[in-house]
Amino acid sequence: MTLTSTDSPDVLVLGGGLVGSAVAYGLAREGARVTVLDEDDGGLRASRGNFGLVWIQGKGYGLSPYARWSRSSATRWPGLAQALQNETGVDVALRQPGGFHFCFNDSELAEREKRLSTLQAELGDYPYQMLDAAEVRARIPQIGPAVIGASYSPMDGHVNPLKLLRGLHAAMQARGVRLVSGERAERIEPQAQGFVVHGKRGTYRAARVVLAAGLGNRALAPFVGLDAPVAPNRGQVLVSERVARFLDYPTLNVRQTDEGSVQFGDSMEEVGFNDFTTTHVLADIARRGVRAFPMLQHVRLLRMWAALRVYSPDGFPIYDQSEAHPGAFVVTCHSGVTLAAAHALRVAPWIMGAPMPDELPHFSARRFEHAGELTPAH
Amino acid sequence: MTTQSTHSLFKPLPGAQGAAATQVAIWFNDRPLSVPGGCSVAAALLAAGVSRFRATPVSGAARAPFCMMGACFDCLVEIDGMPSRQACMVEVTAGMRIRSQEGARDLPPCGAADINDAPLETAHDR
Amino acid sequence: MTADFASEAVDVVVIGAGPAGMSAATRAARAGLSTVLIDEQDAAGGQIYRAISRADARRKEILGPDYAAGAAIAEAFAASGARHLTHATVWQVTRERGVNYLKDGKIGSFDAQRVILASGALERPFPIPGWTLPGVLTAGAAQILLKSAGEVPAAPPVLAGCGPLLYLLGWQYVRAGVPIRALVDTTRHEDRWRAKRHMLAALRAWPFLSKGLQLIRTLRDAKVPIFEAADDLRVESRIGTDHVERAAALHFTTQGTAHRLEADVILLHQGVVPNTQFTQALRAAHRWDDAQLCFTPKVDAWGELDVPGIFVAGDGAGIGGAQAAALQGTLAGLAAAAQLGALTAEARDAEAVAQRRALAGVMRIRPFLDSLYRPRDINRIPRDETIVCRCEEVTAGELRKFVELGCVGPNQAKSFGRCGMGPCQGRMCGLTVTEVIADARRVSPAEVGYYRIRPPIKPLTLGELAGE
Repeated sequence: MTLTSTDSPDVLVLGGGLVGSAVAYGLAREGARVTVLDEDDGGLRASRGNFGLVWIQGKGYGLSPYARWSRSSATRWPGLAQALQNETGVDVALRQPGGFHFCFNDSELAEREKRLSTLQAELGDYPYQMLDAAEVRARIPQIGPAVIGASYSPMDGHVNPLKLLRGLHAAMQARGVRLVSGERAERIEPQAQGFVVHGKRGTYRAARVVLAAGLGNRALAPFVGLDAPVAPNRGQVLVSERVARFLDYPTLNVRQTDEGSVQFGDSMEEVGFNDFTTTHVLADIARRGVRAFPMLQHVRLLRMWAALRVYSPDGFPIYDQSEAHPGAFVVTCHSGVTLAAAHALRVAPWIMGAPMPDELPHFSARRFEHAGELTPAH
Repeated sequence: MTTQSTHSLFKPLPGAQGAAATQVAIWFNDRPLSVPGGCSVAAALLAAGVSRFRATPVSGAARAPFCMMGACFDCLVEIDGMPSRQACMVEVTAGMRIRSQEGARDLPPCGAADINDAPLETAHDR
Repeated sequence: MTADFASEAVDVVVIGAGPAGMSAATRAARAGLSTVLIDEQDAAGGQIYRAISRADARRKEILGPDYAAGAAIAEAFAASGARHLTHATVWQVTRERGVNYLKDGKIGSFDAQRVILASGALERPFPIPGWTLPGVLTAGAAQILLKSAGEVPAAPPVLAGCGPLLYLLGWQYVRAGVPIRALVDTTRHEDRWRAKRHMLAALRAWPFLSKGLQLIRTLRDAKVPIFEAADDLRVESRIGTDHVERAAALHFTTQGTAHRLEADVILLHQGVVPNTQFTQALRAAHRWDDAQLCFTPKVDAWGELDVPGIFVAGDGAGIGGAQAAALQGTLAGLAAAAQLGALTAEARDAEAVAQRRALAGVMRIRPFLDSLYRPRDINRIPRDETIVCRCEEVTAGELRKFVELGCVGPNQAKSFGRCGMGPCQGRMCGLTVTEVIADARRVSPAEVGYYRIRPPIKPLTLGELAGE
């Protein structure tokens, strides 16, 4: 593997996680020559710590373009999944049967109704239903009596995120994307005709550079006149052994994977760069899981982990092209699974010169220059 | 009507301690089985002609005890209705109902679990 | 909002009731520290001294004098005043010395001033084609069946692999009157020559050497067929009248000659390696030991990790055997006692002198043993068709494909192919995966690293964690 690139790719993508590899795959589809720089095995890797939801309902409350952006990704997701299967044989197990957000008391249910009805009023086409306990039970018989209702939306789904990462890596490389592993970008030098990236192992140049390095974007963005004020937000997850299939619908806090294991999440904590688990949060997650599905109480947990979300101050993504150094882009979000299709099929063309998708101006980091009310994104 | 013991992989040691081990009556896959007592379920089943404890969830391949010390998880069986028990870590007792674990564990029928009704706090703020 | 986990404060928590754990707990308790020893079994002894307290004279005779020596350690522990928490499974140790365990379906928690990890060793993975078939067990499993259930193979077994524990098992079977189909020794002739480098040091450990030679002589005297320098091992299967596919025979070659030995019990062993589940979960620093071909936690002269207040004693710090484990346990107990003010540094150091001298003595044989019984590459880095991850049934070939896809380490491989995600949490495959990736990338295992290990160290149920 040559460490100093003499043949310049068209685009350097810094970061080979779900965001970087989706963008790289999309760029390759546009005919670009791409090199991806990816960290080593021990990196923080938000891509390996997520729930696998392709989730729309409730998102964008306070910034409805985010709802439109997420939805545009969900509608393109089947195309992405099919392409990955055709090109690599990897089946990412996309299922979009609709999803449930369980409520355990009346005020939760009321708050949920308010959020979704507001979004529907703003967007018009925004299908969802509020269900009472009996209606939920009709669709998911195993629900416990503590669940008093739920919101359901046909827009929601889930996927196997690890297979997605593997599929994107295989697909992008099959299209000629060069992956440099064990590398880490340390600084970027804007030049007249492009950018030079200095990594810990080598030096790379290209006309365009995309910052898709998750929490690493914060330090890299200023090199190219951009701002990426992302900070870690810890989520903890429980994973069980495989169990006989009982749940096809994804729900916000519990889902059964295509392999049969059950995942329970998820929490949000601001604890810095700390991806250790804590017993009291996990016990909380376990209790919520047992409330939702009492018959899972004897199921054995095999893994507990914590991962760090890449979180902007308001939780919404950041997409920007540098004005000082055109050709430098930052692409960062905490929903790399949901937005994978948008990243591959709408962001990548924009990076290659297509018109900017009309939702994206709302996600410029310039919005943080005005201090104002920031609503959580989820 | 006791199950005819098929060829066992292991047997009690002939001699003082081996012969003194009492037999206990248990059920394996709904058939009565006489096994040595005073040892783990894994040891008991191995000495009573059982050499298939489970089928893997991935391919359905037959598995039996491998490490006998709780590290390999190949000896998983269902004991008295509870799946995914490590047979090498549980002492065999008379009357136990043991079933081989076929693939991913079964779940109890809904409504069969007991839950306390302490109120639940709201879910984490999104 | 938060679950209520009442934590019990205690001076020293020791995890594992083998020789290291028992010795550490004994020393700490004798220094007047409140001490709890937590273990999964119902009686002390760990694996090596398993069921020592209820072994009768005949059992002790079969198992040999080393086993019987464990009785003294167990008795000292029982009399020490340390609390023994049995049938308890520790599922997490935090860097702040919280110890979470599960007993009788309920979670418990200790807040310890000092933690001494003594969870011993695991059998080294021995991935050969067919190693997952019913009827294939480890030599350690066979010893456990002998020690705790008084059971032996019903038909003559094949013992295959290398290392003193394999010969010890053979010797124990001979003494028990169990016929052995064969001992198939994979030790290479080159390794016999290379080991002679360490012969001088080994000769100073003559008692060990002579014991080893005696084991082998007993086997030869009993006319057990012994095959040397065996290669190309694989297990042949058959499907019985009960439709179960099980082990039927072991195939191997010796100097080009092919052999097939029928057996329905095949006992594999190629050494033991430190059980690093707890130390890796603590993110303690580890090093790759190229002589022992495993990762060992980095510890100081008392066994303390780079995580303050947490010690490792026994095989978990590096393979040394039962006597070394007991000595290391005592040293860790001494260190903990001194750190907590129950012993002056001078008293600690004075007492440690004898322990260290004895420890150096028993460790003298190690380089020789490590060199002689170095497991073959092919038995650690298997061919493509061999299953590497038993739980998820991932083969070496699939793992190599992930490396081609750009996987540089075991955690990426885990995420690409699920290997290491099953219930055994990497115990049966971790070293193999590291070495296969290192070999494919042509870098050292040290550079590749190991799985990220996370709690629970042993599974617990959703309901148990929920506290219901």
